[in-house]
Amino acid sequence: MNIDSVQNGIVLDHIKAGACMQIYKYLKLDQLDCQVAIIKNAKSSKMGKKDIIKIDSPIDIDLDVLGYIDPDITVDIIKDGHLVEKKHLALPQKLVNVIHCKNPRCITTDEKQLDAIFLLSDPEKRTYRCAYCEAERKSHR
Amino acid sequence: MRHLIDITDLSVEEIDELIATAEDIIENPVKYQDVAAHKQLATLFFEPSTRTRLSFESAMLGLGGSVLGFSSAASSSTAKGETVTDTVRTVSCYADIIAMRHPKEGAPFAASQRSQVPIINAGDGGHNHPTQTLTDLLTIHRERGSLNDFTIGFCGDLKFGRTVHSLVNALSRYTGIHFIFISPEELKMPNYINESLQKKGLPYEETESLEEAMPKLDVLYMTRVQKERFFNEADYIRLKDTYVLDPAKLTTAKKDMCILHPLPRVNEIAVSVDDDPRARYFEQVRNGKFIRMALIMKLLDLKA
Ligand SMILES: [Zn+2]
Repeated sequence: MNIDSVQNGIVLDHIKAGACMQIYKYLKLDQLDCQVAIIKNAKSSKMGKKDIIKIDSPIDIDLDVLGYIDPDITVDIIKDGHLVEKKHLALPQKLVNVIHCKNPRCITTDEKQLDAIFLLSDPEKRTYRCAYCEAERKSHR
Repeated sequence: MRHLIDITDLSVEEIDELIATAEDIIENPVKYQDVAAHKQLATLFFEPSTRTRLSFESAMLGLGGSVLGFSSAASSSTAKGETVTDTVRTVSCYADIIAMRHPKEGAPFAASQRSQVPIINAGDGGHNHPTQTLTDLLTIHRERGSLNDFTIGFCGDLKFGRTVHSLVNALSRYTGIHFIFISPEELKMPNYINESLQKKGLPYEETESLEEAMPKLDVLYMTRVQKERFFNEADYIRLKDTYVLDPAKLTTAKKDMCILHPLPRVNEIAVSVDDDPRARYFEQVRNGKFIRMALIMKLLDLKA
């Protein structure tokens, strides 16, 4: 695969250097059949170094998950070799089954069938709170 | 359908309405004695708390309704491994409203996601206990005639005391309240509470001395200082009497100050204080029934 020429697919750009494997895992890219290119430590005028992930298939990706991991990532949608849309991410207000509560006193640690729900509590500090017990989780960056 | 899981589920206006209803119930109990006729309250106590359960049951009976339920996990189907959501869904087929206590934080919220009837959180571990907060607010309102413009001291275990956190949170929505946090260094108010007061521009001070704070207080809210919160026995013994309220410490207090405590107490208020007219903690227990009556009426949309 020529990594510069995704025909129909998605390019995740401006990933903080070193974070690409974490995103690979969260987005479950290992389960895909299509070609996926991971570029580490690419030169970036804005960031110095950055990671890039190129996915050669127009899959649906969970923008909430991505926004939670890093809202500064840009998502380029490629169609017939052309950039057709640049999506900017935001911290999602609500995360369902993305992260799990680590508070041992929380009901969700006992009853695994419950949805793990987190709500954005402080956009500045990028913190979330468990909807059940209010335990705090920070976004990765 | 409304639930009460966290005190902030209610707006200030709704809390004021509940207080007004409770005060009317106190004045005219007969007017309310049949408003919940043929309605059933289920008290699901996955963890025992006799006083809270009795308060709910007494409230429902005072409205002419009836009660059913269980008072510990051992006597419920949880003992057979049923989930909270399933238990509550089942019970909501029988009852019109549920008051639920559970040792795990967030269990009432989980229940409310699937319940067919209103859920009242009657305490979830060390997390929330909104009807205690409503009780405290009603008591302060009855004693002072208003929930604005006074100085309140919180004394004892401010680090782990959920009733304290919840009451500070509720009071921070009113105006002109000055907070004084009285505790040993080890049991200070958590930072996030102080930060939320700072954000709202509300004044608070912290001190280790109950004597120093006493003359300024209009309300003194006492809490238990529990032995298991301390790293060592020596610290506990050194500190425990500092935060015991006795008649001697009350000599510098205002004549119209009121003393509250969520009860049960261990030794943090000397029994000799009980006869002081400023001791209002047993009145507070009575108020707990009336505010729960008002709450049940609100959630079931009942009118007198
Ligand atoms: Zn939790």
